[in-house]
Amino acid sequence: MKTGWTLDRDVQVVLPDGSTHSLTDYLVPSALLMLAALLLISSIFLPYWSLTLKAPQYPKGLKVSVYVNHLDGDVREVDALNHYLGMPPLDEGGRLERSMSMVAIVALGLLLVAGVFVHNQWAAILALPVVAFPLIFLADLGLILYRYGHSIDPKSALGGAIQPFTPPLFGEGKIGQFGSVARPELGLGLAFAAVIVVLMGLWYHRAAYKPLVDARKRVRNLAAVQQVA
Amino acid sequence: MSVATEKRTGEHWSDRYAGLLAVGFTTLVIFALVVWPGIWRSAGSSVQKPGVGLPADAATLAGERGLTSDDIYAALKTYMPTGQLDPYIMIASGGQSGQMLVIGIPSMRILRLIAVFTPEPWQGYGFGGEGDKVLKAGFVNDKQPLTWGDTHHPGLSETKGEYDGQFVFINDKANARIAVIDLRDFETKQIIKTPNAINDHGGTFVTPNTEYVVEGPQYAAPIGYGYAPLDQYKDKYRGLITFWAFDRVQGRIDPARSFQIELPPYWQDLCDAGKGVSEGWAFCNSFNTELATGGIELGNPPFEAGTTKNDTDFLHIFNWKKAEEVFKAGKVEKIGGIAVIRLQTAIDEGILYFTPEPKSPHGADVTPGGEYVVVGGKLDPHVTIYSYQKIQDALKAGGFDKDAYGVPIIPLDKTMEAQVELGLGPLHTVYDDKGYAYTSLFLDSAVARWALGGPYASKHPEPGWTLVQKLPVHYNIGHIAAAEGDTASPDGQYVVALNKWSIDRFANVGPLLPQNFQLVDIAKTGDQMKLLYDMPIGMAEPHYAQIIKADKLKAFEVYPEVGWDPGKMAVDPKAVTAPENARVERKGNTVEVWMTVVRSHFTPERVEINKGDHVIWHLTNLERTRDATHGFALSGYNINLSLEPGENQTIEFDATQSGVFTYYCTEFCSALHLEMVGYFLVKP
Ligand SMILES: [Cu+2]
Repeated sequence: MKTGWTLDRDVQVVLPDGSTHSLTDYLVPSALLMLAALLLISSIFLPYWSLTLKAPQYPKGLKVSVYVNHLDGDVREVDALNHYLGMPPLDEGGRLERSMSMVAIVALGLLLVAGVFVHNQWAAILALPVVAFPLIFLADLGLILYRYGHSIDPKSALGGAIQPFTPPLFGEGKIGQFGSVARPELGLGLAFAAVIVVLMGLWYHRAAYKPLVDARKRVRNLAAVQQVA
Repeated sequence: MSVATEKRTGEHWSDRYAGLLAVGFTTLVIFALVVWPGIWRSAGSSVQKPGVGLPADAATLAGERGLTSDDIYAALKTYMPTGQLDPYIMIASGGQSGQMLVIGIPSMRILRLIAVFTPEPWQGYGFGGEGDKVLKAGFVNDKQPLTWGDTHHPGLSETKGEYDGQFVFINDKANARIAVIDLRDFETKQIIKTPNAINDHGGTFVTPNTEYVVEGPQYAAPIGYGYAPLDQYKDKYRGLITFWAFDRVQGRIDPARSFQIELPPYWQDLCDAGKGVSEGWAFCNSFNTELATGGIELGNPPFEAGTTKNDTDFLHIFNWKKAEEVFKAGKVEKIGGIAVIRLQTAIDEGILYFTPEPKSPHGADVTPGGEYVVVGGKLDPHVTIYSYQKIQDALKAGGFDKDAYGVPIIPLDKTMEAQVELGLGPLHTVYDDKGYAYTSLFLDSAVARWALGGPYASKHPEPGWTLVQKLPVHYNIGHIAAAEGDTASPDGQYVVALNKWSIDRFANVGPLLPQNFQLVDIAKTGDQMKLLYDMPIGMAEPHYAQIIKADKLKAFEVYPEVGWDPGKMAVDPKAVTAPENARVERKGNTVEVWMTVVRSHFTPERVEINKGDHVIWHLTNLERTRDATHGFALSGYNINLSLEPGENQTIEFDATQSGVFTYYCTEFCSALHLEMVGYFLVKP
């Protein structure tokens, strides 16, 4: 297989069947998988999702930022307001997920690094959880939001007057005098970027290692044919 | 055979897997390009451009209201659209209200009161909380509570002669007291009763790095509350100037490091600290070298005539650095619990000098660089300008006459730099950035702008030591304040005339009239001063005010942590920071309550005790949101607190009355504010 770009034409990889390949073909997928791991781990330090509440008496708005392992921003004030509606404290949703998230993300990153050393289609299996990660995050967040809107304590000051509702995962909503805007944040962007980079990495991974697997098979088949013969 | 195998393997690898990758990739790219920015896009708002588009009806409106172009200029200079903040903050005394006022400049909007010497319920000051202790520390003695004061001259703390925005001090002329206000929360932290003195006036002013907060005297009295008949005035009555050492870290005056200087009974008046070249010195005017003791009813000249007989009084010149050395060397007498440098020591050590000043003067205001001291004539149409350098040269030469108490008098021609005739009743002088001085003319009801000479002469087109413009104000201007106008680098821009009479400027609200603060535009040079705005002050009688750049003030938005004790400026270890820990505990006859306060409930909501119990009640506002203040009013017990977000307060009282009482939140904190209540049940 010939690629247009190579680090050094004189450095070549010789496959078992004698065909040659550029070294770059193998470096590119490794680099991409490593980059994806880096992006994913960096996302730990950035918010994934935020909810901004706007009301006349909060000119700067109230913003709660959701990180994979903690909540930040005006959590205290939002809780203080939520108590009138009888909604549980924000901190109660997704406790288990937040407690596991650091270990999980590091594990996902390690799987990607492991993928660098697996030179066949099984690398795709190692990378698959990373592809699913942001989608699982959003699905879980949707579930948590549903539970918030459906855990109204009827004994609270306004609990009896509020119908159960599901706050939107993205976009605008309205709760009492508060307009809400839910939006993804940079952390989630990095997680999705990691997915893109993983898919690109797997594309080049396949381009690089399929010939190797094929060459191995060809050599094995040839040996088998020779044996039979 | 081999071809078939290869084909199958190829299918397994490339076709389906690659297709899947391509689909996933494309989806993500579409998501990134289309959906993501869509979610991020915030609603655009229509913004009006400033300075464009005077509405068509503006001219009609001005015509209908009879507004001149000057009026329109003034309106545009002072109107503050909603949400815009003033660039300057004025801190004004409140006179006999015992409070201070915080006012935005140029909008002239009152931002808040600061309760100082007077209990004030809005701030919960003096109704059961921390303020009680502050007020009590300032009582003259345990038997005589003082619940008012006469605040005169605010003094903002300074670093290198510039306001630093950390503290402000103020005196109580009526009882000779001084207060410390911390500008992190604009609350009074300390009131000190000045030993040996029964009244004061020439304070507060600070030395250039707030080493000392200086409190000058006014009416002479026997030192230490002693008794002496008035015919012993000359021998037994004395003036006293106090140098209060300020501990910036503690935010408190430290009496142990402070000292007083005994003075002749000349009714010292207003003072200022030297700065720049004159750092280490201080100056006070005086107005009763006649030693008048009144007695109009006995046929004596009344004070108003008796104290104005002499052609000159004495400008007092203090070497406070020298006084500090003398104090540290222990050449002092302990009187009334404080170190006093006796008059003879002050003379012997070269701490105190006099120089004549025209008839019953007023004010002693040091120029920004410290080169000159300007004294207003009051009954003389001039301001007299003294040169610090000339004073020093004269001191080197020596050979002075002495007054009746032995204080050296430097002749006027050896100390005076210039006199400028301004008009009738010159009182106080402040400065700007263009080399102009501004003097209030009480009798002329005018602000005089005049040109400084010396190093300031090159800053303005006029010759030095000349009158530039007199602007009429309404009426009887007392003090005058300019933006940072008594610091080492005044800002110019604005002057405020603090007028004592308003007469016809406002709607008639009865025979007690508001005072009139008039804002004056001083941004342009020459005779271009313009009157901008009248602000009625209907709750106080301010004397002096200072104007600080707003961005120098770094006040808390909410108290830094929940459970904050504003007295100690730290978290109170007794504070409860979560409703789970709120409780009532009884030990014998003492009941201790730990209560949390948050929208819209107290925890607990029932407190049941017995008549005669001693109650200690801790309250913590758990809020972290700006403006989420709660009140705590306990009916029938004269208790009312203001609990700002994070604040902790402790009240202590005996349950002397049985019955059913309520405690409720006095701040309209939320829609369920009326429901923010609890029952206090005292069993007979
Ligand atoms: Cu309240």
